[in-house]
Amino acid sequence: MLSYTQLIPLVILIPAIGSFINLFWGAKMGERAAGYVASTAAVLTFIISVLIFNYLNAAHGLAVVIDPPIFDSWIRIGSDHLALEIPWQFRVDSLTAVMLLVVTGVGSLIHIYSIGYIHGDPKATRFFAYLNLFLMFMLVLVTGNNYLMMFVGWEGVGVCSFLLIGYWWDKKGEIGWQNGNAARKAMLLNRVGDFGLLMGVFLIFWTFGTLNYYSPGEEANPPLQLYYNGYGPNPHETHSAEEGDHSGEESTGEEGDTHGEESSDDHGSILTDKALFSRINLPQAGEEGEGAEGEGGHGGLPHPTEAELNNSLFTDYRQLGVFGQAQYLMSLPEGDAGRLIDFGSFQLDIQIVIVMIVLFLLLGATGKSAQIPLFVWLPDAMAGPTPVSALMHAATMVTAGVYLLVRSSVLLELAPEAKFVIAVIGAATALVGGFTALGQWDVKRVLAYSTVSQLGFMVAAVGIGAYVAAIFHLVTHAVFKALLFLGSGSVIHGVEHGHHHVHEHGHHGDAHAGEDHHDDFDPQDMRNMGGLAGKMPITFLTYLMGTFALMGLPFFAGFWSKDEILAHAFHEALFGKSALSVFGGQIVFGLLIVSAGFTAFYMWRQIQMVFFGTPRSEAADHAPESVAWMTVPLIILAIGSIFVGLVNIPGGAIPFTWFLPLHSFGHFLESSIPSVTAHPPLDFNWPLAIGATAIAFGAIFLSHSIYAGNKAVVSRDDHNLGVDPLYKNAATRQAWSFANARVKWDDFYHAIFLRPYERIGQFLADVVDWRFLHDYFHDTVIKKGFDGIASLLSNPIDVGIIDGTVNGVGKVVKFFSGRARGIQTGYVRTYAVALLFGVVAVIVLMLAPLLLNGS
Amino acid sequence: MNSVPVEAFVALSFVLFILGALGVLLRKNAILIFMSVELMLNAANLALVAFARQWGDLNGQIFVFFVMTVAAAEVAIGLALIVAIFRNKQSINIDDLHQMEG
Repeated sequence: MLSYTQLIPLVILIPAIGSFINLFWGAKMGERAAGYVASTAAVLTFIISVLIFNYLNAAHGLAVVIDPPIFDSWIRIGSDHLALEIPWQFRVDSLTAVMLLVVTGVGSLIHIYSIGYIHGDPKATRFFAYLNLFLMFMLVLVTGNNYLMMFVGWEGVGVCSFLLIGYWWDKKGEIGWQNGNAARKAMLLNRVGDFGLLMGVFLIFWTFGTLNYYSPGEEANPPLQLYYNGYGPNPHETHSAEEGDHSGEESTGEEGDTHGEESSDDHGSILTDKALFSRINLPQAGEEGEGAEGEGGHGGLPHPTEAELNNSLFTDYRQLGVFGQAQYLMSLPEGDAGRLIDFGSFQLDIQIVIVMIVLFLLLGATGKSAQIPLFVWLPDAMAGPTPVSALMHAATMVTAGVYLLVRSSVLLELAPEAKFVIAVIGAATALVGGFTALGQWDVKRVLAYSTVSQLGFMVAAVGIGAYVAAIFHLVTHAVFKALLFLGSGSVIHGVEHGHHHVHEHGHHGDAHAGEDHHDDFDPQDMRNMGGLAGKMPITFLTYLMGTFALMGLPFFAGFWSKDEILAHAFHEALFGKSALSVFGGQIVFGLLIVSAGFTAFYMWRQIQMVFFGTPRSEAADHAPESVAWMTVPLIILAIGSIFVGLVNIPGGAIPFTWFLPLHSFGHFLESSIPSVTAHPPLDFNWPLAIGATAIAFGAIFLSHSIYAGNKAVVSRDDHNLGVDPLYKNAATRQAWSFANARVKWDDFYHAIFLRPYERIGQFLADVVDWRFLHDYFHDTVIKKGFDGIASLLSNPIDVGIIDGTVNGVGKVVKFFSGRARGIQTGYVRTYAVALLFGVVAVIVLMLAPLLLNGS
Repeated sequence: MNSVPVEAFVALSFVLFILGALGVLLRKNAILIFMSVELMLNAANLALVAFARQWGDLNGQIFVFFVMTVAAAEVAIGLALIVAIFRNKQSINIDDLHQMEG
């Protein structure tokens, strides 16, 4: 039967075709048709994703590698032995399915929303083309089976980010320039991250000789696969049983034996399970080894297991994918020569190399997923249209970094030091993002910093080894953050319409000229809003749902995912296996709790300023509710943000255990993230949940007391806009101003990178180019040199020699002719003498023979 | 009748010729230059006749006739030239005729 996973190339093709159609025939089709084409493409990919997900669910997440024959030799350099072969292969496993659902699901809703949002823009078809292009690249990123395909998608979404952030680059005046600037900033900072990613990819290739995650036919999590295929013990039970005694373990002779042999060495993690690799034909003393399956000759086991068959396809560890090789090499004993990676003039142990690889990949992730130090592009990226902010900078593109790290979870597990760094960076980012958000006035900036903070949550979760929690938070965050962004887009649209409405019908008794206000009025500034709950009810309610989900209030989606991260951090802090992981857990837990408090605070601040109170400007007073194109996706996302958290209910959360499966999400991801079976999922931590919820509610009350009732506009500053109460209060003024100034991070970069660059540029332009090159060098060297040579040529040579020669000839002639002229005296007597002499001469000549002979 | 040696005639012719040549070279008056030219011619005539007598060949004497005729013609033309010059320059001092000088 045709497996639905074979439809995977379509998820790339369909958005590509949609984008193609919109690019070339969009102008002719018109805006609505272009919107339909784009949305249809997105919805089709979503349907395919659902089919694939269902199929995988039934097949216990068995990974499938789809290898379209056309692209089999995507990169094939060299021949046979020394060939570099990177085929275009898709990998469809549970992690891919989850990412597919998120990207296409949220993406489809955003495409539909954009039909309403971008209405009226003169070049809307371009927008839809770019959206589909982005979708295609994002899907390439998540469906690749090797790092290079991921990199193609990575770069592609970076390009689309540039195109879409700077979508309004041609707006008049300063704004158009700023939009282009924001796009360039995003591209630059992403580039720095890409450098890191590329270095990581190069190292991976150099170390392992391949870029495939897993070779086709290789199992990602063999014990799990054995269990699902009916052979082998339940990995979860095995894990707990190994920690105890092993006597009752009699499921299948061979697997039990090998497990029993190895359990004494290590702590039962399958990552160091040497038994796994004993099925591969490697020189090992003893029992099994090569060709075992053919004879069926060990332990009387009748059938070879699927995993054994698959992994015995490989006769050499070099045939495995990156992760398999990494695990094998790390399992070699210390001091073994196979552990050394040769770099030409020096050699490094595989442990160090893996730490370096992970750190480089982390650099790539900090670029794309807006972590410290490369997060500053994300708030500026709000210059793009709101659907772009929702799709790329909340739900999908920024999660590419998290996806990268989770996909490389095997490498991360082998490099605890790097994991610690990841955890620290993630936690710090969460804190900085959260702090900065409460000083922002722009409604989208608040959400942008909130995204930075939440991405910090995800990266911190990865850093402490809670991969399922990270992906779970990715999913829930995609839903509610997209909801929040789309809601804010709805709000902004409403305020803009209100503003136009006010100006169309003129001010009532207002003497101001219309144009002044128009330039000053910022529809995104929260100080111009207020009281929109009554004016835009659907937007308000859905926004409220999204806010509660983000804050992590009980039983909304964010509650489950955020609390799972916090629970894992808490667990690591108490029961971590090494001092480093304990420390990491402590840092993560502490910073994330504070960030969660910040989150609740600034989100309630935003709700108060935007939706409650009285309208602070006439535009807000006249804001209409948005069209159905925009409100229906909001409603769908709001429902999602309530219920999407139910996929990963932990055990012990009492009301839900009787009708929902526990940790279904985690189980689903087991087959693609091997460490999940090694670290069993945690039960629900009641005290922690209550504590986190209490902190959130406390922050809400604090925020309410400060911001409720229009307190945000007590006094007005120069531009007639409000002043934040935290600014008015002298105790918090400095802190709030620091947050408002975006914790001076941009200024810092400006001082360190941009200003020296500008100064160097200025120096080069002014001093080197103008003064030295143009003025001095040109005048002195070139001009004078040229003049010198020219004058050398003209005077001595041309005038002196050439003219001299010619004139000299004349002079010589003149001289001699002057002398010769003297003969012509004019006197006849002289002529007569000459005549005489001539006669005498002739006579002598004639008589010469006679005279000479005679004498 | 051959008592006078032919050398005497040649010597005389020689002397006359030299005198005539000197006269041509050293005289300023055009007419006197002509007279000197005549003298030179006559010296040549004398030499011719002397040798004709010595060898008994009359060709020499016939040649003298030619020479005399040419001399006469030449004098005519020469004097006509001098008259023409005199009309221009009012002088027949040949040193005054140096307009074609270099």
